Amino acid sequence: MKKEEQEKNDLGKAFFRKFNKEDGDEPKEKKNFWQSISIPALAILTGLLIGAILIVLTSPRVYEAFAQGFLTGIGTAFNEVYVSYKALLTGAFGDIGKIISALQSGTPHQIRVAINPILESLVVSTPYILTGLAVALGFRAGLFNIGVEGQLFIGAACATFVGYSIKGLPGFIHMPLALLAGMAGGAFWGFIPGFLKAKTGGHEVINTIMMNYIAFRLTEWLLTGPMTRQGAGSMPVSPVIEKSAEIPQFFPSPIRFHLGFFMALAAAWLIWWLLFKTTWGLNLRTVGTNPRAAKYAGLSTVKTTIMGMSLSGALAGMAGAVQTLAINRSMAIGLSSGYGFDSIALALIGNNHPLGVVLSSLLFGSLRNGATRMMVVSRIPIDIVSVIQAIILMLVAAPGIIQAIYHLKDLKTGDNKVFLSGWGGKA
Amino acid sequence: MTPILELKGITKQFPGVLANDHIDLRLEKGEILALLGENGAGKSTLMNILYGLYQPDQGEIWIDGKPVTIQSPSDAIEAGIGMVHQHFMLIPVFTVTENVMLGDEVVKTAGVLDRQTAAAKIEEISKTYGLEVDPHDYLRDLPVGVQQRVEIIKLLYREAEILIFDEPTAVLTPQEADELFLIMRSLAERGKSIIFITHKLREVLDIADRIMVIRRGKMVGETMPEQADKNSLAAMMVGRDVNLVVEKIFQEPGDIVLEVKNLTVADKFQNVMVDNVSMDVRAGEIVGIAGVQGNGQTELVEVVTGLRKLESGSVTLFGQDISNTSPRRITELGSAHIPEDRQADGLVLPFPVAENLVLCTYYKEPFSNGVVLRYDQIMENAVKLIEDFDIRTPNALTPVGSLSGGNQQKVIIARELSRPIQFLVASQPTRGLDVGSIEYIHSRIVQKRDEGCAVLLVSPELDEIMELSDRIAVMYRGEIIAVVPNRGVSKEQIGLLMAGVLPQGDIPTDENIVIEATF
Repeated sequence: MKKEEQEKNDLGKAFFRKFNKEDGDEPKEKKNFWQSISIPALAILTGLLIGAILIVLTSPRVYEAFAQGFLTGIGTAFNEVYVSYKALLTGAFGDIGKIISALQSGTPHQIRVAINPILESLVVSTPYILTGLAVALGFRAGLFNIGVEGQLFIGAACATFVGYSIKGLPGFIHMPLALLAGMAGGAFWGFIPGFLKAKTGGHEVINTIMMNYIAFRLTEWLLTGPMTRQGAGSMPVSPVIEKSAEIPQFFPSPIRFHLGFFMALAAAWLIWWLLFKTTWGLNLRTVGTNPRAAKYAGLSTVKTTIMGMSLSGALAGMAGAVQTLAINRSMAIGLSSGYGFDSIALALIGNNHPLGVVLSSLLFGSLRNGATRMMVVSRIPIDIVSVIQAIILMLVAAPGIIQAIYHLKDLKTGDNKVFLSGWGGKA
Repeated sequence: MTPILELKGITKQFPGVLANDHIDLRLEKGEILALLGENGAGKSTLMNILYGLYQPDQGEIWIDGKPVTIQSPSDAIEAGIGMVHQHFMLIPVFTVTENVMLGDEVVKTAGVLDRQTAAAKIEEISKTYGLEVDPHDYLRDLPVGVQQRVEIIKLLYREAEILIFDEPTAVLTPQEADELFLIMRSLAERGKSIIFITHKLREVLDIADRIMVIRRGKMVGETMPEQADKNSLAAMMVGRDVNLVVEKIFQEPGDIVLEVKNLTVADKFQNVMVDNVSMDVRAGEIVGIAGVQGNGQTELVEVVTGLRKLESGSVTLFGQDISNTSPRRITELGSAHIPEDRQADGLVLPFPVAENLVLCTYYKEPFSNGVVLRYDQIMENAVKLIEDFDIRTPNALTPVGSLSGGNQQKVIIARELSRPIQFLVASQPTRGLDVGSIEYIHSRIVQKRDEGCAVLLVSPELDEIMELSDRIAVMYRGEIIAVVPNRGVSKEQIGLLMAGVLPQGDIPTDENIVIEATF
């Protein structure tokens, strides 16, 4: 019985491993694995290199040093880059020396402080995971959901409303209820373009973009009108949510690490299970990959499209709900720093696979978090940090650039060309 | 006389495959040389080497008695070699002239395109070689056969002396193919030399001056059409004797399985595609629908399989009305469908073979418990079907898109025929496949018929219809103009019906009556 069980698991695993791979035999797969790792790695490296040049070019200290002499200038330039990137690293993952000494001292407080940068990176990654999943799920269903940002805002508004307006509920009911309200709000905002696409063929790209504008203005109105905080004047901010609606943080302030991170991981696992283990998931992927074959096989594209868009919206809404319930504790207009848009790139980098999305989100969250410290320590303007991030994203999301720079073989052709010659393989 | 083209000892090794193994080939001026071979035999590799897309590992190319090196298609064009690709390299929104001059533009001063000169040259070419085409038409408005003529004109415009045709008839109707053969003949008569790549035996015998056969990268034989017949060519191609005609014993058909009554179907522009058609298919018989592509066969099949809505009339399967029902319900009644376009409709190419093998049944026991898929069962099913239907794939998890066309079709055949079915719709089941696969798929379809399954076969290949069908229905302009039993009727007679010509005399011409034509 146990052995059977294990074999079953192995088949599942084998399946998971080989999904999306070019070919089945082992050596080739290994090669593909390294190829698929090498591109993001090289992209990050290249991004950092270009970033280094930008850091040097924008640092007034480097110019001052060059005025004193060429060698001093070079030295300062290297030092400037070193200091900045060291700050980026310690900002994202903590100072190793500090962590070791904290572990040696053994006081829980010191340990927590020392590893806080890592925890903070996870906190920053959380909304990226959820929004990335939303986009990835959409892509799997053949839908390009650009409306994640708007769905996130609606989700946050719904969660906040339930969070502050209902009083006297115990936490184990109130918090899940607020979270569900957020997901329902996002789902509704995704349902509308999904419904329009399925029933009328109205393109979801256009409709989700327009739904974004409606969401932004709607939340603005809510926050200045019906949902505004007493005494906030004309500030667009909501009342603070009830204690019982908060998603708990694990440690006392200023460590913000909260349960929402694990919720995001659970969501990723659930989406993976839905997509690759269930009938519904195969349904969705078939419709997303080849709608004509789906129709031939008797699937309902209408139902699947609506479901896919709604679930994608629910994930986006969950991101908004988690941000307000765990971090902000109230809703303000500056809720999102463009999560919904960055997430498109994250989903693409992660190959629209939940695991890939989690990994790319962790990477991006760490970068973002480390960048904050880099800005403080080395006085690099935040704009430069954003530029570096944009360059890395661009390089990762468009592997063709990296392939061209480093003369890598195209993953999709190369050896496979032979396999595809002959009649039917050409298309 | 020096041959215009000579290949000497061409060898090309790909990882794991010796695609070309010391191939020698000679092409005389004004000759049509047919290069025959199964899919993957190495024909395309050889021609790609000649066209400069691949470099040979060994061997030489001689043109007009002089060795040449061809490193790119532009070198090939320079050397007078032109290729008509199987998939056209044309731009739909450009006119014929623009397409032809693209890459070799005639310009007036300041880089302004000189369309008149180009168009005049095209008209001249078109007159010389009998390639009827209007230089000012937009490509998207032209039928496939005419688009192919534009491809040929493109080559002649660049003064190609050696023309390579890569499976040129794969996309053509029989009539268009005949026209193409006339054109090829006229090209050869005017001194052009032609290499014609194909795996269709009939075409080779019809048009070639000389035949060379490639098998597994080696040149295995050379013959003249007068000395060869279909069987000997097939045997050379495959390396064993092939049964070109499937053994089929007459059996009395059973009950009516599919009944179509006064069916009318329109496309989205309200053009009537199927016009008041009535027909039936009985258990244990194959009814073949003959007709030139685009005469309503596709629409008829789509209605019968639930993929398209009908305007009026009725379709009954196993006594149940299936007009405008979902494909899934029709499938669940016990029917199967081999779709016309396997890559667009029949398969999800990036998905593994195993998932494609359960595309129509994944939601049912034993592959799913209603919610969760049971991949152990799906894999077991795949392993079994791969074995039973001889699907050549590295394993069950290989994406189906990386298999050869024949094996992709076998995946569909395996999926559809392994179910307990009583009704099969086979729409062009062997389109683009090689002799070996065709033989196999035909025998599987006949086997289903022998088991008592009702089969509706649609194919533009008259040979296929004649070989498999018990009854033949001819479709022309959306109507079924005749239904004849496949006994003693000749190909020519069916061919005439396909062209809409009804035999004189004893046949009623009332369009609403389905006739049992007698010859």
